[in-house]
Amino acid sequence: MESFKYVIKDELGLHARPAGLLVKEAQKMDSKITLKKGGAEADLKKIFAIMKLCVKQGDEVEITVDGGAEQENCEFIKKFFEEHF
Amino acid sequence: MKVLKGKSIFKGIAIGRIAVYKKQDLAVKREHIDDVQAEFARFEEARQKAIDDLQKLIDKASAEVGEAGAAVLEVHQMMLDDEDYIDSVRNIIDSELVNAEYAVATTGDNFSEMFASMDDDYMKARALDVKDISERLIKVLKGYEDNGIAGEDPVIIVADDLGPSETVQLDRDKVLSFVTRHGSSNSHTAILARTMNIPALIEIDYEDSMDGVMGIVDGQSGEFIVEPDEETEAKYRKLLQDEIENREMLKELKDKATVTKSGRKLNLYANIGGIKDLASVLQNDAEGIGLFRSEFLYLADNDYPSEEEQFQAYKTVAQNMAGKKVIIRTMDIGADKQIDYFGLDHEENPALGYRAIRICLDRPEIFKTQLRAIFRAAMYGNIAIMYPMITSLSEIKRIKAIVEEVKQELKDQGVPFREDVEQGIMIETPAAAVISDLLAPEVDFFSIGTNDLTQYTLAIDRQNAKLDEFYDAHHEAVLRLIKLVVDNSHKAGIWTGICGELGADTSLTETFVKMGVDELSVSPSFILPIRKIVRNMD
Repeated sequence: MESFKYVIKDELGLHARPAGLLVKEAQKMDSKITLKKGGAEADLKKIFAIMKLCVKQGDEVEITVDGGAEQENCEFIKKFFEEHF
Repeated sequence: MKVLKGKSIFKGIAIGRIAVYKKQDLAVKREHIDDVQAEFARFEEARQKAIDDLQKLIDKASAEVGEAGAAVLEVHQMMLDDEDYIDSVRNIIDSELVNAEYAVATTGDNFSEMFASMDDDYMKARALDVKDISERLIKVLKGYEDNGIAGEDPVIIVADDLGPSETVQLDRDKVLSFVTRHGSSNSHTAILARTMNIPALIEIDYEDSMDGVMGIVDGQSGEFIVEPDEETEAKYRKLLQDEIENREMLKELKDKATVTKSGRKLNLYANIGGIKDLASVLQNDAEGIGLFRSEFLYLADNDYPSEEEQFQAYKTVAQNMAGKKVIIRTMDIGADKQIDYFGLDHEENPALGYRAIRICLDRPEIFKTQLRAIFRAAMYGNIAIMYPMITSLSEIKRIKAIVEEVKQELKDQGVPFREDVEQGIMIETPAAAVISDLLAPEVDFFSIGTNDLTQYTLAIDRQNAKLDEFYDAHHEAVLRLIKLVVDNSHKAGIWTGICGELGADTSLTETFVKMGVDELSVSPSFILPIRKIVRNMD
């Protein structure tokens, strides 16, 4: 299992457009990917579940990548967060 | 043959098939079903069609407004593919034995309720996306087409009335004329007809059964002729031919300067409502754009347009105008232009309410995004900015402070932008006209918005058709205010234009030139007729 933590910098939080792109990328991956915020968590392949977490600027989230090409997938997602959020 | 009498709001003749625009009824009934599998299949089929329809819209949007405009539609596609959403619909069908429409509507309500209750304005606004996809599914389930116009040939659109969000979806090449039951000569549809240079009638009491039959719109007499006999149709075909020839003649005036015989020059610019109007601006040889209504960017989507989207749109227009002036009016939302995601409170008197620059000064983050996009796009052409609904000097001071902040931020971030963008204000309140001597030294130009100036001066609501008889477009009070503004601007060494409907009133062109008006900005179709008048003046 691979994981990383990230603090959201974008003023709109995890907003729909890039979040949509992220979900799209995640759906192509062979790992189980989970987004955690506080006590709640969501499957990164489900757009509504992600949006339900209501991730805002300043929130810390943790992403875990389980199974499949863990390292490669985790790297990709981390980069995506750094570029978009 | 049947002749219906209405009121003309734009002249011209149109001959073609009638398309009755039906407001789609999305009310859903709960119905008991027995065959769960069949209902699953209906839902699945509708879901696939909705996704395919979105793909077509995405392809169209990417071609017209670029990738950014299509992004929200892609998100909608993904929402339609979301497991939780699909599971919820299937669960409701299965456990309650109800029709797919009902299950979709219930799921849509639950999901949008969830977003609406979130403690975050951005997420709250996402409730609309959920509503949108659920409505899309219900439309497919009910067998509605995407809009009222199917088929390839252009048609006469007949409707109760059309709002901005409905007309923005129309394919303009397929519209010959607008005929509505309601609306006034200043309604949104009327202004659109003028911009598109097509005839339009209001107060026509049509019947739904007229859908698909031949019709003739006579924008001179205000008559709408349904199923014309051969003789009538022939007569109108001849008139239409004459009209086309007349237009050809006017084309001779292209590439000629707009000057009087004694050499007084008038700048003749065009009003546009979006990128799609550029073609007619260039065709009609406008010398610039005097009013670029930026609202279309806000109306076309379910969310605030991003800086990048706006930047691309402004840049496209500036580049196409190749060095000619492009005056962008910052967003004029509110009053008759309402947008759900702005979350504006209901107002008893919206024309006197929270709109235009008032929203911008109250929510500077929206204003700043637009200003950043404009200052950046100004690198690519001759862009100027104009602020609407000004009533006082302090508003101009506040705008200037925000502009300075925006410039400083761009500088700090190393983003290229143009420093010396011309900035003017609209004179559309009697207050601004009366104190125009105080405002003139603070700005680079004035542009008189005669629609609002007239409605505020005469205290007449533009949207109320009953008041049309009291509405004197040539009221002496308005003309005196215009004269006052022009004189005050010249004393301060700046120029004044007119960008309201009155600017296109050819019976006033001479009066305006004599008053010393420096610029007229009109719907593209009026450019050449006005040039003709000016060139014949002494």
